[in-house]
Amino acid sequence: MTATVAEREVGRARLRKEDAHLIRGRTRWTENVTVPGMLHLAILRSPHAHARITRVDVSAALRSPNVVAAFTGADLADLQGVLACAWPVTEDMVAPTYTPLATTEVRHVGEPVAVVVARDRASAVDALEAIEVDYEPLPVVLDMEQALADGAPLVHAEAGTNKCYTWVFDSAQAGTGGDVAQAAAGAEVTLKRRYVQQRLVPAFMEPRSVLVDPGQDDITIWSATQIPHILRFLLSATTGVPEHKIRVIAPDVGGGFGGKLAATPEEWIAFAVARKIDRPVKYTESRWETMVSAHHGRDVIQDLTLYARRDGTVTGLEVKLTANMGAYLGLVTPGVPLLGAFMYNAIYKIPAYRFECTGVFTNTTKTDAYRGAGRPEATYAIERIMDDLAAELGMDPVEVRRRNWIAHEEFPYTTVAGLVYDSGNYEAATEKAMQLFGYEQLRAEQRARRESGDPVQLGIGVSTYTEMCGIAPSRMLGALNYGAGGWEAARVRVLPTGKVEVVTGTSPHGQGHVTAWSQIVADQLGVPFEDVEVLHGDTRTSPKGLDTYGSRSLAVGGVALAMACGKVRDKARLVAAHLLECSPDDVEFADGAFRVRGTPTAAKTLAEIATAVFTAHDLPEGMEPNLDSDAVFDPDAFSFPHGTHLCAVEVDTETGQVTIRNYACVDDVGTVINPLIVEGQVHGGVAQGIGQALYEEAVYDSDGNLLTGSLADYTVPSAADLPSFTTDRTETPATTNPLGVKGVGEAGTIAATPAVVNAVVDALRPYGVDDVPMPCTPERVWQALQQAKEAAA
Amino acid sequence: MIPATFDYVKPTTVDEAVAALAGAGDDAKVLAGGHSLLPVLRLRLAAPGLLVDLGGIEELRGVRLDGGALVVGAMTTHAEVAGDPQVRDNAALLAQAAACIGDRQVRHRGTIGGSLAHADPAGDLPTAAVALDAELVVAGPSGRRTVKAREFFVDYFTTALRPDEVLVEVRVPALPGWGAHYAKVSRTAQAWATVAVAAAVRRDNGTIGEARVALTNMGPTPVRATAVEQALAGAGPDGVAAAAGHAAEGTSPPSDTTASAAYRTHLATVLTRRAVARAAGFIAVDGVPSPRGGTE
Amino acid sequence: MPQISVTVDGTRYTDDVPARTLLVHYLRDHLGKVGTVVGCDTSNCGACTVLMTDHAGVPRGVKSCTVLAVQADGREVTTIEGLGGDHPVQRAFHERHALQCGFCTPGMIMAAVDLLRDNPDPSEEEIREGLEGNLCRCTGYQNIVRAVRDAAAQMRAEPASAPDESAQPVGVSGT
Repeated sequence: MTATVAEREVGRARLRKEDAHLIRGRTRWTENVTVPGMLHLAILRSPHAHARITRVDVSAALRSPNVVAAFTGADLADLQGVLACAWPVTEDMVAPTYTPLATTEVRHVGEPVAVVVARDRASAVDALEAIEVDYEPLPVVLDMEQALADGAPLVHAEAGTNKCYTWVFDSAQAGTGGDVAQAAAGAEVTLKRRYVQQRLVPAFMEPRSVLVDPGQDDITIWSATQIPHILRFLLSATTGVPEHKIRVIAPDVGGGFGGKLAATPEEWIAFAVARKIDRPVKYTESRWETMVSAHHGRDVIQDLTLYARRDGTVTGLEVKLTANMGAYLGLVTPGVPLLGAFMYNAIYKIPAYRFECTGVFTNTTKTDAYRGAGRPEATYAIERIMDDLAAELGMDPVEVRRRNWIAHEEFPYTTVAGLVYDSGNYEAATEKAMQLFGYEQLRAEQRARRESGDPVQLGIGVSTYTEMCGIAPSRMLGALNYGAGGWEAARVRVLPTGKVEVVTGTSPHGQGHVTAWSQIVADQLGVPFEDVEVLHGDTRTSPKGLDTYGSRSLAVGGVALAMACGKVRDKARLVAAHLLECSPDDVEFADGAFRVRGTPTAAKTLAEIATAVFTAHDLPEGMEPNLDSDAVFDPDAFSFPHGTHLCAVEVDTETGQVTIRNYACVDDVGTVINPLIVEGQVHGGVAQGIGQALYEEAVYDSDGNLLTGSLADYTVPSAADLPSFTTDRTETPATTNPLGVKGVGEAGTIAATPAVVNAVVDALRPYGVDDVPMPCTPERVWQALQQAKEAAA
Repeated sequence: MIPATFDYVKPTTVDEAVAALAGAGDDAKVLAGGHSLLPVLRLRLAAPGLLVDLGGIEELRGVRLDGGALVVGAMTTHAEVAGDPQVRDNAALLAQAAACIGDRQVRHRGTIGGSLAHADPAGDLPTAAVALDAELVVAGPSGRRTVKAREFFVDYFTTALRPDEVLVEVRVPALPGWGAHYAKVSRTAQAWATVAVAAAVRRDNGTIGEARVALTNMGPTPVRATAVEQALAGAGPDGVAAAAGHAAEGTSPPSDTTASAAYRTHLATVLTRRAVARAAGFIAVDGVPSPRGGTE
Repeated sequence: MPQISVTVDGTRYTDDVPARTLLVHYLRDHLGKVGTVVGCDTSNCGACTVLMTDHAGVPRGVKSCTVLAVQADGREVTTIEGLGGDHPVQRAFHERHALQCGFCTPGMIMAAVDLLRDNPDPSEEEIREGLEGNLCRCTGYQNIVRAVRDAAAQMRAEPASAPDESAQPVGVSGT
């Protein structure tokens, strides 16, 4: 008998298997992949935010050195297909036709207009300058409220409106709660607030890249994507190429954050061009192209009305959103705000709730999922207004939350939005976070600074968040009209020597699935961590999956993997019983081996069983000689990570500069597979949340040009702009899946933004400031102080 | 992105460089460290036909003292300027301004001559040069001439340098013993200055004997705050704030995605007060913690 | 077409390159050194950071997307692939979980190597400022800072055994 694994792998801070090639530069980014005969594609993009295309002439480009082909949208019309939106949120939603290469009209700066294929990239880029396009400029509409006004220029004239949809949830109608009109009538306190979620850029570090190799019989696509499986399905569905003739590979992918949860014009164009010229073509975008063409995030106006009693009890909440779709609908554009619809009530027992969202078209780059997708927006708004309620009532912000949150003994709890929160302990997480943070001491320092009139004021911000993760129960997605399910698939193959190959339908791009999945399998099958190989991101080796987004991979894909392991275990037990000459009922899987109950030395390891199955000399009658299994997990419910984040900022009231003095957070993500990875996810998430709070904003000029089209202007924070974070956890296992896991990918981003902005506003409340629009740049802080001064005068 | 094609020459003397530029007219660009020029070429915002690379001209490198002047060769990198003891001792302001440009990698390649000739209104070195009454030595077909820093910067990205001229060196009157402080506010650590203030002060028995103050990004060129300087003469700690109140006089700050003109005007006053007080040694630190986003 | 001679990761190459070729594209497209990557157009992200000797022969961190290949003529360049694979900074990045997607990692590691040559014992503040030219969207930088501190301690403890010392003299010579 070989050695067994004594120590549990789940919960260990395993160093990542993924790192070895990444720290040595031995990487396979799509841009690093070349195939024989490969050509380079460059795309000419619209300089206009809205114009009719009256002529495109690529003939001069064709004469440019090293150019092999050049095409207009019309040239590719029969091949290029269309880009589909998978989430028609209402029956009457306006879903304009979205062609990869524009043919008659462009609707945002950066929209693809023509392409060149050349022997090298430089020649392709050179030839773009020889393409002649005549544009007839059309009126531009950028502001959402102007777009909804009568007589506004239309982004899509044929639609007759810039309104994409209006979607409503009302707890009284849904039967999940009371009527907000009654809450309004009985309210002792009514707070009305408008918050603006500025437009953000996901800013993954690896620019998008796609290589299409049209083979003799099938077509292979390498793409910097989060969603190889969905990509294959959509390419097939919209171009007519049979699904089994398309192979999609997501090799090393350099971050996504929702930004690569997309079916992109560039992928469709490369696919069409490669087929048209029957040569492999590669396209890699410049950062400017990322900025103008890859989808943006957020860009929502939030109008909230909160009803409460003077004791701090919230009695009702109305939310009205105006959400910028941009010029077209991406894969899940219209659905993003809906992911937040169920989260505005957050961790609170709010008796009545109404939500309404109107999607609007403008002449801007489309929006779509960005880390958190709908949930950061919801959390920001509710956490901001809870602070305002506290200020209104003269209460401590933590106390107001305490009076409204779901107590730990009240789980499972059905919320006013109709979701069942299975577990949580907000008291414990908050208590722990406050201790880590030094809440009382910081409040004392704040008082001292206020009393002394220090030009540098201290502010303290609280954010107690939850999020719905584990996307998603397929039935619920169906009820929301989403075009696909939310299950995930896994496959386990036990090799003759007892090594294990695992195939996952998730598609990691930095999350560490290979390491975490290995830990799960090691425990589930009693094999060493090192003996597990995890295959992913290639539809040929992993044909079934729904990919990685929405903090779903562990809570859905990890569970599927555990289920597949369970099937292997079940069969291995039968083999073990046969080999040990006992009843299967007498065999248990314990300490990493299959043991005879009561006689633990009589045992078989998975490796021994695997060998027996491989030789198949002596198996139970009728048993198939393999130790492989498949499983698909479709969750019954979402998972609900939660936590408390606390931020202290110093605000220089003279310059408006904000410095984060202290940041502490306690997250409860259920059972932790790898604490190192969890901590890393929290760090990165918090950094992105701070980015929204203090630094980042995509800005257009009045003609629709993106002024923040580079990383010089779109200010992603560097190490020098951020503090260290103090992180810790509580661990309340989810009760809705066998691993007890909840997901952690988006938690930090969701929690951090309101914690930081609440801290900035808290610092300035004595000056009469109750809002600083995001990002809270030095100027915005100064403006808020100026306005408060003027209002007081 | 990839630059458009261009011809390339790499002279080894200033005369060769001038000769290479002669006749090329506006179609030639001088390549120094490349950290302003190459991004512009990559984005194809410019497509010169000829690049004249000064990287092979040894005489353009290095720092020396020449009588009462500190002389910095045009191809001296920001890192070299920031770390040079002669610069620190005689023109501390220049060293401080160079130290807060971009990031380490940029400072390893970017040069003082390149920064001055690029004349970005948000650039740090032009302001330091104006504050310190630097003189810029330029070489052209008819020989060398000297241009005062205040006259060198003409407009946005526009200098007195003619297309056929090369910036050779910067001569800064040595101010040993003067206090200096460059106070800068920027959106992120890496970002260009929203506003910055360069102050150099000769201390005189607990008061300010003489002050030089110039402002970054408060107009198309660096602005010398002469009204502030006059008000500071003889001032003690209590006189700084009132003097700084003149900071925005004669400025024409831009409004852009980073900040409005009104905010810049306000910031100029605050930063002038702080920079002068620091340079004069009236306060040890700015009295406020340094935000990571700034370099105060 | 100008001819250049560049020593990259210890090997000397002589090539004719178009003058407009960026150093990063020379490394990637001409030499196959695809470990060094391009993340932006404006020298902000630092993903392309390599070491290149300056005029005095001292290796300095530079952004290879903002250097022309012709400017590297006669210089020595060290990329992530020339670091030896087990450099203390590489090890520390692994041990401290200082990378997630890994796209910024080569540049970040080279920037850290550059910083530690100038400052063998940097404070957290100095590390953060020293890496301000390298953007990471995944990690929030905290584990990167930890890794650089660890690597610094490791390199101070056993300077002679730094694995790149023998393999790659370009990478570690002093200032």
